[in-house]
Amino acid sequence: MAELRMREALRDAMAEEMRRDEGVFVMGEDVAVFQGAFKVTEGLIDEFGERRVRDTPISENTIVGTGVGAAMGGLRPVVELMTVNFSLLALDQIVNHAAAIPYMFNGQARVPMVIRMPGGGGHQLGPTHSHSFEALYLQVPGLLVACPSTPADGKALLKAAIRDDNPVIFIEHESLYGVKGEVPEGEDEVLRFGEAAVRREGGDVTIVGVLKMAQVAEQAAAKLSEEHGVEAEVIDPRTLRPLDLDTILESVRKTNRAVIVEEGWPHGGIGANMATLITEQAFDDLDAPVQRVTGADVHMPYSKRLEQAAIPHEEHVVSAALATLEGSL
Amino acid sequence: MADLPDAAACYELLARMALIRRFEEEAGRQYQRAKAGGFLHLAIGEEATIVGTTSVMRDEDFLIGTYRTHGHAIARGTEPKRVMAELFGRVDGTSGGRGGSMHIFDREKRFMGGYGIVGGNLPIAAGLGLASQYKGEDAVTVCMFGDGASNTGNFGETMNLAALWKLPVFFLVENNLYGMGTSVERHSAQTDLSKKAEGYGIPGARADGMDVVAVREAVAEGIRAAREEDRPTLLEVVTYRYRGHSAADPEVYREREEVEEWREKDPIENFARRCVEAGVLGEREVRQARDAAEETVVAAVEFAENSPEPPLDTMYENLYALDDPGGWYAVDERSPEPHRGEREDRMPDSARELAEAGAAYAEQPDDGQRPNPALQGDAQDGAESRVSAEREVGDEGEDVGSERAINTEEDEG
Repeated sequence: MAELRMREALRDAMAEEMRRDEGVFVMGEDVAVFQGAFKVTEGLIDEFGERRVRDTPISENTIVGTGVGAAMGGLRPVVELMTVNFSLLALDQIVNHAAAIPYMFNGQARVPMVIRMPGGGGHQLGPTHSHSFEALYLQVPGLLVACPSTPADGKALLKAAIRDDNPVIFIEHESLYGVKGEVPEGEDEVLRFGEAAVRREGGDVTIVGVLKMAQVAEQAAAKLSEEHGVEAEVIDPRTLRPLDLDTILESVRKTNRAVIVEEGWPHGGIGANMATLITEQAFDDLDAPVQRVTGADVHMPYSKRLEQAAIPHEEHVVSAALATLEGSL
Repeated sequence: MADLPDAAACYELLARMALIRRFEEEAGRQYQRAKAGGFLHLAIGEEATIVGTTSVMRDEDFLIGTYRTHGHAIARGTEPKRVMAELFGRVDGTSGGRGGSMHIFDREKRFMGGYGIVGGNLPIAAGLGLASQYKGEDAVTVCMFGDGASNTGNFGETMNLAALWKLPVFFLVENNLYGMGTSVERHSAQTDLSKKAEGYGIPGARADGMDVVAVREAVAEGIRAAREEDRPTLLEVVTYRYRGHSAADPEVYREREEVEEWREKDPIENFARRCVEAGVLGEREVRQARDAAEETVVAAVEFAENSPEPPLDTMYENLYALDDPGGWYAVDERSPEPHRGEREDRMPDSARELAEAGAAYAEQPDDGQRPNPALQGDAQDGAESRVSAEREVGDEGEDVGSERAINTEEDEG
């Protein structure tokens, strides 16, 4: 075990996979000489050189499209989009091309590429630089979607994503880059997509937290235990597609209650979708309506007070969990 | 005028062009019969551009194109019957019926796709070029796109990236003078499209797209620059499509006389005449090329007719590169039953019945209740008299209205 920050764990994942497979290369805006806008690619150019660590022009759709072509040509591109927000400029290549090509050409072409993109709010970056688009990418068949919340998962999932033959949307949270955690050492520590982590066991209510909200869910669970005597089970799905619904359902069958926490918008969100799946699959096990905790249904305001009020915190999660328990406490 | 190549090469050029012409005519006819669905974009008139290009490519080279690429695949060696089967949406189609007319693909022939989004193939071409260069391979990627695509952001972005990274890609803009129904004068401030990449450091040239030999020479030079010098260039090939943008195009934007003028420059007629006059080919060989095309296309239709419909339990195949996806990769919400995700063969019987019920709608005749979406409402009323290939099909699925279709040329073989 080594204690690493998220950004270091992600960098190590890329470096290890680049050492392992000559076909893996990194490209994106300011990933090489500048060492990455969030310093995730720090040092890669020194070890691997400009052929394999490539600065690109600010041309998001073409960056992704070039990755699609390179992947179809037999390489394994790891594309960094500077932020989730800018990925909107590449939506055509992501949806109409990367995701569709394997299916529309009936398996004659594969697109083994990873598209990394950091996002999320909390840094007073305002409406165009604070998005959470996990739900947007979850919606697209053909894509895999990863949302790691710990350095260990970040490393193991990114390594798995690079080895995967499908296009992977790899969403990172800007607030988690500096967070430290124990990371197992070893080149082959990869994590299968579709395996949720149970972060905390408990029998009273299931709380599913996505990306940074997995940590908020854990904090809320501690508070629920200390202040309300409620033992929550906290699940971090780690990947949204494929989704480890089995682990979530197993927990809900035990607790009979569910809360889903995400930072993105409520309509058509992760929670909306997951609540439906839980209701369809485990309606008879539920003792209360599934609760969602989401970001506010607005464009992220700049004002620190407004922004913090727009982002879910542990109090929101505690309140939602208690709501599912109303009448039974 | 560029010199003719030798007799065998001339015959091959003529035969390929004749095959594409005949294939496209037949595709249009099958569309009228409602055997092919969706949109149908025909390249009749553009055969010299296609065949001139592919005739100087090596087997190892990649070709990537647009939504008007039946002919491009055929020119690369894809069997016409597999392209026809794709138009019919059958299992033996190039994409097993997943792609349709706009998304032809043949990995084996390194035809890397037809793409439905204008300009969408440009960055992918850069990526294919990057892969070849990265792996130290000699292959060149030939990227063909229309005049309309030269206005997309992808054009500027890709030209810049290709020049910056010195990628072995050759760009060819097939300027058929219209981006759908908007003439090049009305859609591009710079109408000399060969100049549009100069600012990115990509030199341009122009060739006569109705002269297969001229196209050949110009493309050969562009491919050479890409292969030997990693130097991307842009070739504008000026050509013309005799048919509408798609089969649902009433062609209100151009005069009949203009189409007739371009027909005078017909790439197949003129090339055949030149070969005969030069004594390179005889009349007998010209006939032979046409007869061979006829035979191939008739067989292609028969093959497509007899190819099975895709089984419903293949619905989710190749959505992911997984032997056995299992679990929650994709979610099936077409039935109220609890389900296990994406595999039809794991569906409960009731869900399977619903899938069959959905598929049964495919058997309903197109009786005017579900017209071509491009022709719904007022546009349909106005366009009716000039629709090039409106599909009118009776209760038995038989063609009852093709006489009304104008703008379909005679069988030129």
